[in-house]
Amino acid sequence: MPLADNAPMPSLRATGSLRPMGVRFLINQGACSLLAVVLWQFGVSASLWENWVFSLLIGNCCWLLIDGGLRLAAVWVRRHHDGPATWPGWAWATPIVLIGTLIGYQVGHGLSRLVLGLPGQHALVQPRVLLLSLVAALAICYIFYARERMHAQHLQALAAEQQASRMQLKLLQSQLEPHMLFNTLANLRVLIGLDATAAQGMLDHLIHFLRSTLASTRLEAHPLAAEFDHLRDYLALMGVRMGPRLQSRFELPDTLAAVPVPPLLLQPLVENAIRHGLEPKVEGGRIEVAARRDGERLCLRVRDTGLGPSDTAAAAATAGTGFGLDQVRQRLHTLYGSAASLTLRRAEDGEGGTEVTVTLPLRA
Amino acid sequence: MTTALIAEDEPLLAAALRADLAALWPDLVLLPTAGDGRTALDTALARQPELCFLDIRMPALSGLEVAAALAEDWPEGPGFPLLVFVTAYDQYAVQAFEAQAVDYLVKPVPRDRLAACVQRLQARLQHRAPQADALAQAMAQLRTLLGTQAPPAQPRLEVIQAQVGNLVHLVPVDQVIYFEAADKYVRVVTAEREHLIRLSLRELLPQLDPAVFWQVHRGTVVRARAVASARREDTGKVTLTLAGRSETLVASRLYAHLFKGM
Repeated sequence: MPLADNAPMPSLRATGSLRPMGVRFLINQGACSLLAVVLWQFGVSASLWENWVFSLLIGNCCWLLIDGGLRLAAVWVRRHHDGPATWPGWAWATPIVLIGTLIGYQVGHGLSRLVLGLPGQHALVQPRVLLLSLVAALAICYIFYARERMHAQHLQALAAEQQASRMQLKLLQSQLEPHMLFNTLANLRVLIGLDATAAQGMLDHLIHFLRSTLASTRLEAHPLAAEFDHLRDYLALMGVRMGPRLQSRFELPDTLAAVPVPPLLLQPLVENAIRHGLEPKVEGGRIEVAARRDGERLCLRVRDTGLGPSDTAAAAATAGTGFGLDQVRQRLHTLYGSAASLTLRRAEDGEGGTEVTVTLPLRA
Repeated sequence: MTTALIAEDEPLLAAALRADLAALWPDLVLLPTAGDGRTALDTALARQPELCFLDIRMPALSGLEVAAALAEDWPEGPGFPLLVFVTAYDQYAVQAFEAQAVDYLVKPVPRDRLAACVQRLQARLQHRAPQADALAQAMAQLRTLLGTQAPPAQPRLEVIQAQVGNLVHLVPVDQVIYFEAADKYVRVVTAEREHLIRLSLRELLPQLDPAVFWQVHRGTVVRARAVASARREDTGKVTLTLAGRSETLVASRLYAHLFKGM
């Protein structure tokens, strides 16, 4: 069986839930009855009734011991380590199945003889019957295991789907920040009266910005060039609002233009640079967005010459609780695990400000 | 002649508000537009306009901070200006303004909304309350506004890390007597010494227990138990003497109500 000890088996349902127990009981009766017919066909005992009684009693004794043993072991394991609620791992399951079958066979066998009033030696008391019980027990165990595994995987998939849609919604909400939107519209309203051509240009940027923001929720990835275009639109809008207080600079090597990146990954970083760095600074400043290749990794850098992180902001960013950084970190983690990283620090050259670097694996 | 100050950091919006006001109120004298909170405060104190249109989100000082600073530093004599807050989108701020019956405009400002605002301002200028009442009323409104606009409390700070070169001093918060804003820094003063931390008072405040540390001035937060006595001055300010420090602190008008006798 290609299953490791720690194979995911998290039944999200409580251990004591009775419905799956009932289902397992029924499956067990069916399997035992089937086995009885097989035994009868092979002529182990001439009577189908005898075969059935033996099969059912032994089967149920084994099942009760094994199922009970597994649940108890699972509860114990869970109390001492993190683990699934119903499956203790194969290291526990193997001895439980073996011992459960041996004892269950003995007890079930004794009971059957009592019920049928048979003598000590009977055709059904044979090593091959014991072996058959063991094989049956293993098979049934495996059926249960596979069922629960499927169920758990289904629940996991559902949970992942839910989380993904929640993330999408949060992303969309954060990217269509109302304050930004209404301020932009207020500026646009003024510009229409003053300079219709400039107003049209601003409206075009707004349309592009909204289009790519909405599209981003449906895309898994888009080319880095599209990401830069989106940021250009955003900074053009902010440029109308902030006037000469905002300058921007982009650096995207042609060789990296087509590299796929998660859509709007950098948007919250640029927004932070404006909101916490440049907007609160009286004289404003410059924002730089740059991409470069570092071996097999893609380095993206958003830097501003604004106020710079205060001591608590830098601490919060390191702890992963700052601004929209948290959201970017989460996305990186979901998509790339530990292969991607985000760091925020005070820009160390003379101009000051904040520098955020995102590193992720380069995928063709 | 009525003078007005517009404080707005976005040049287009400032120009538009200027033009609209000039059209609706031809006699109004408009001071040069202030592009940030600090300039707005300085201009208002120097030129003492009757009206101030304050954008909420501005560099250096927010509109509310400008209003609070004006209430603290407004000289005796001239009437306290009528304040109109301007905000782009902030439903909480708008609710707060509504509750305080403070004039506010939501950007983009439609012409008829501005016209109604102008009429209300003209009416109020004609029946101005006496100076003392106007100031008291403005301050009561501002106190509530500042309370409702305070950022949500954050985890309490236990120890302050004050860096000097490569050395970091750890200062337990319960040894701090007062915090004082100093440009981009905050001075952290204990009985024995003082430290500078790179942080604004605005960022520090939500991390302090408001029952332990009282804000007494826009730039000063003091441990209540360290205040030995408070003397009310004629200007409405209050001078505080401290247990454990020889210097005195000043509580502004806006916070003087904290030091009334029981």
